[in-house]
Amino acid sequence: MEEIIRVDNLSFGYPDGQPALSGVSLVVHRGETIALIGPNGAGKSTLLLHFNGILHSDGVVRVLGKAVNEKNLKWVRGKVGLVFQNPDDQLFSPTVFDDIAFGPLNMGYDEAQVREVVAKALGWVGMGGYEKRSPHHLSLGEKKRIAIATVLAMNPEVLVIDEPTSNLDPGSKWSLIELLKGLAITKVIASHDLELVQALCPRAIILDRGEVVADGATSQILADERLLAAHGLARNKPAG
Amino acid sequence: MKHSFLDQYSQGNSLIHRLDPRTKLITTLFFILVVVLTPISRWQAFALYFVLVATLIIISRVPPLYVLRRSLAIIPFVVLIAIFIPFFKEGEVAGSYNIWMWQVTVTYSGLQVFLNILAKAWLSILSLILLTATTRFSHLLKGLEQLRLPRVMVMILSFMYRYIFVLVDEVMRMKQARDSRNLGGGRLRQLRTVGNMIGTLFIRSYERGERVYAAMMARGFDGQARTLEKPSFSQRDALFALTLGLVLILVVVANLWY
Repeated sequence: MEEIIRVDNLSFGYPDGQPALSGVSLVVHRGETIALIGPNGAGKSTLLLHFNGILHSDGVVRVLGKAVNEKNLKWVRGKVGLVFQNPDDQLFSPTVFDDIAFGPLNMGYDEAQVREVVAKALGWVGMGGYEKRSPHHLSLGEKKRIAIATVLAMNPEVLVIDEPTSNLDPGSKWSLIELLKGLAITKVIASHDLELVQALCPRAIILDRGEVVADGATSQILADERLLAAHGLARNKPAG
Repeated sequence: MKHSFLDQYSQGNSLIHRLDPRTKLITTLFFILVVVLTPISRWQAFALYFVLVATLIIISRVPPLYVLRRSLAIIPFVVLIAIFIPFFKEGEVAGSYNIWMWQVTVTYSGLQVFLNILAKAWLSILSLILLTATTRFSHLLKGLEQLRLPRVMVMILSFMYRYIFVLVDEVMRMKQARDSRNLGGGRLRQLRTVGNMIGTLFIRSYERGERVYAAMMARGFDGQARTLEKPSFSQRDALFALTLGLVLILVVVANLWY
């Protein structure tokens, strides 16, 4: 299968000296839906930021076979669509239309193409007709959908989402899960919502303290209570 | 959280609402220019300006009381700037007071200048309120951009519009969190809490700025801002701009004549 993202032995520390990732390796193939799970502060978001070159690490991350470097950043960002956790950070324009058009405009689409792709992206996330609305006046569930649309409009090869269901009520959460299920695109989803992982992702990777501690079939990983408990993903039962 | 609107009445559908934002921007600026440049003594001209703005407000169907209430916000600023003029301007003395050690005199011409500044500021703010109350903020930004205001400034304004309520919500949450734990304490301690809140707010905004920038980069932002241009200048706009422009020019000419 074609490799969309390959990460080889990635280590990263923040400028304040705090180590965030150490020796992370993983491969994302076309058509996969992968869950990236782990406790708070495990380095999930930091890893996602490496996927499209927001954080740099020359040569360690490869997208569609090409090493990510300063020169091909724009190309990489067109291929790897990154959806941030807080839609108030992701949606920064006065109207929904402007926000979804932002990516396509940066990619150099002309006006007709932009209008077409904005309408399409809104349709994909079930938010047709929201073009003129102001992001501030939307509900959180609606904002999350629009945030996904802003990235889908760039027609990426892989959708990378950070905590798509955080803070959502169960109704909005399940409708978002259904929505993601319906999108025929390679997906990497960082989350510690195990219901979502089970419903959506055949493969799961556990990240803890900046290291990959498990990578395999979701059914096996979620069945391993001891593994989950050891990495903050299940209740710690007292021994005996 | 309560959702506030900066451009509360901008969804209306009057003649003024339907005008192109550029028409409104230019005529508003022109109006303010004419008002500011009118000599002090022409009180008839000021009456005329007021009638003009009032008529436009009525046409726009924005509640006059709302406009009036918002326009009062300008008064403290003007007073703060101009309050000393009546005391320092020389001329016929209107009144003289002894305040402790100082002899203070107020002159007629000083008072006239003061009132004039107040009137000019008020008329200007009325026209600006009319502009913002009848134009959606996003359209206003588009208009500014089409009028070749530097893109960076347009972007700063658009971020302000997008995030000001996010910040207001944050402040409200912080205040609620403070109040729910605040069991009295001295003035000084409360003041310190406010200081901490301001500091926290600054750091949070700074960090949000970094995250927003990351989100922009993730969608291919490279420092160059691009937009769709969509000029929609109609006959109505031309007619409106022409009429208002002519009226104002007539007033200016009349001022110079007499």
